[in-house]
Amino acid sequence: MSAARFIKLVLVYSLLLVGGVLTALPFIWMALTSLQPARTAISSPLQLLNLSRWSFDNYDFILRFPELPIVRMALNSVIVTFAVILFQLTICSLAAYAFARLRFPGRDLLFILVTLTMMVPTVVMIVPLFITVERMGLLDTYAGLILPYPYLNTAFGIFLLRQHFMSIPRSLDEAAELDGCSKLGILWHVILPSSKPALATLAAFGFIWTWTDFYWPLLATSTREMRTLEVGLSMFKESYGATNWPIQMAAAVIVLVPAMAFFLALQRYFVRGVVQSGLKG
Amino acid sequence: MTQGRPKSIAGYLFVGPAMLYLGVFTVLPMVVAAYLSFHHWHLLKPDHPFVGLDNYRRLLDDPYFVNAIQNTIAFTALSVPVGMAVALAAAVLLNRSIPGIRLFRTVFYIPSVCSQVALSMIWIWVTLPNAGFFNWLIGGLNACLGTSFSTDVNFLTRFPMISVVLLFIWNGLGPRMVIFLAGLQNIPESLYEAARVDGATGWQRFRHITMPLLAPTTFFILVTTTIAALQIFTPIYVMTQGGPNRATDVVVFHIYKEAWHKFHIGQASAMSYVLFSIIMVISLLQFWVMKRRSDSIAEAV
Repeated sequence: MSAARFIKLVLVYSLLLVGGVLTALPFIWMALTSLQPARTAISSPLQLLNLSRWSFDNYDFILRFPELPIVRMALNSVIVTFAVILFQLTICSLAAYAFARLRFPGRDLLFILVTLTMMVPTVVMIVPLFITVERMGLLDTYAGLILPYPYLNTAFGIFLLRQHFMSIPRSLDEAAELDGCSKLGILWHVILPSSKPALATLAAFGFIWTWTDFYWPLLATSTREMRTLEVGLSMFKESYGATNWPIQMAAAVIVLVPAMAFFLALQRYFVRGVVQSGLKG
Repeated sequence: MTQGRPKSIAGYLFVGPAMLYLGVFTVLPMVVAAYLSFHHWHLLKPDHPFVGLDNYRRLLDDPYFVNAIQNTIAFTALSVPVGMAVALAAAVLLNRSIPGIRLFRTVFYIPSVCSQVALSMIWIWVTLPNAGFFNWLIGGLNACLGTSFSTDVNFLTRFPMISVVLLFIWNGLGPRMVIFLAGLQNIPESLYEAARVDGATGWQRFRHITMPLLAPTTFFILVTTTIAALQIFTPIYVMTQGGPNRATDVVVFHIYKEAWHKFHIGQASAMSYVLFSIIMVISLLQFWVMKRRSDSIAEAV
């Protein structure tokens, strides 16, 4: 290796290291703070590293804290997120299949209209959605939380899946049709099995958008038992221990860790989806 | 032919659920919001008189709404260029196959999948005076360079906008970086080799090969980042509540308060339509530029 290349490599690693440390340090700071005894004033970073002071008491406290039924809130987030993803995958793959494969009058116009709905910002729809859900008597119910959700990505989902379905060779459809497969059968037995990465990508997006959404569950729920993790955490921050940082950071860790684990497990689908959305634009 | 009809019925049946869904939960709310914006509509009062464009006219005279628009523009103007530059720098660094590169990519991506409420809580904690991480950084700088900057800066009250901008950049780095990376990897290596043979320096290669060929990617990221920045809400809600002294009162947070604290949903709907128009202009510009580009590519081919 030449000297110039070596210097360049050292430079690249140094810059990456600085960036990585800056990105990760707030998380490390959070984790170390959460291990401190509640209500301690942090006077020096060295104090955070003092192993003899570490304890998991804050976690124990939060998991038993009646004002923050965190297990129930996590369950709410799981129910809402997975219902939204399942619903989303179903209606988007049906529509994407029709847009990719079937002929019917008005198809292309309809597809343009669908893509146009991507422009509508959430803030425009949220007041009418609240009024609708309230009039239907669905405030503070799972149905009210879940139903209006997928507006976040229905059009995007149809767009993404259609793009993928069109890349599947038509000869596969025709073979299945000769075997007497119905349209629905072709979608189920031919198209969907060869689109697993695209479906996983859409599910990954649905997960991020729903799991971390704050505005809608803030409006659509009113009792503690129906709050999602995201809203529960913000209520906890406001009502309890505004300056009790060790407790607050422990709550943040509890909320962040499952989502991070989910991301690490499915990382390639997250990244692939982002790349596709960027390149197809 | 004979099978034409049943085939088109199948098409409608397949798109039906999604169209019904988009109709009820996207198009209808959009129309209802427009309807609300033409009425004096208080959520808790029974009568809702029609007032035409009065809600819109009053926005022009509302110094707090004008302030919210100005804050949103300032936030967007700060966070979009800096956020994009950071993402591009990260992508350029990551665009090579050396050991450990995937670990760095993962680390840079993680804040983008995190709860914004939790990130905002961390951000309050790291921007605090004295005990906060930022002030420790300043302390470390003082120790290294012999300077004496103050270490009891409350970033959130002294530099509220910059604090939120930094959170936005940290939180959104992942997708922007990955899209830039994909764009970089689409540039053929042979172009760089040819330039190297011609004696072009690293900066010249970046300026004359990378930048022009990355332009479509850059444009896409510019549009999506701008639209995201215009709609910032959760960090404002958790970290500043629009304060101090309305310094971070951005449009979406302002609408939130108008609708759910004052219950002026007619007025709030008019405000949301103003934001919608801005976003629509930006999106249409994107469609137009993309279409022009694909047309010119089609002509070239």
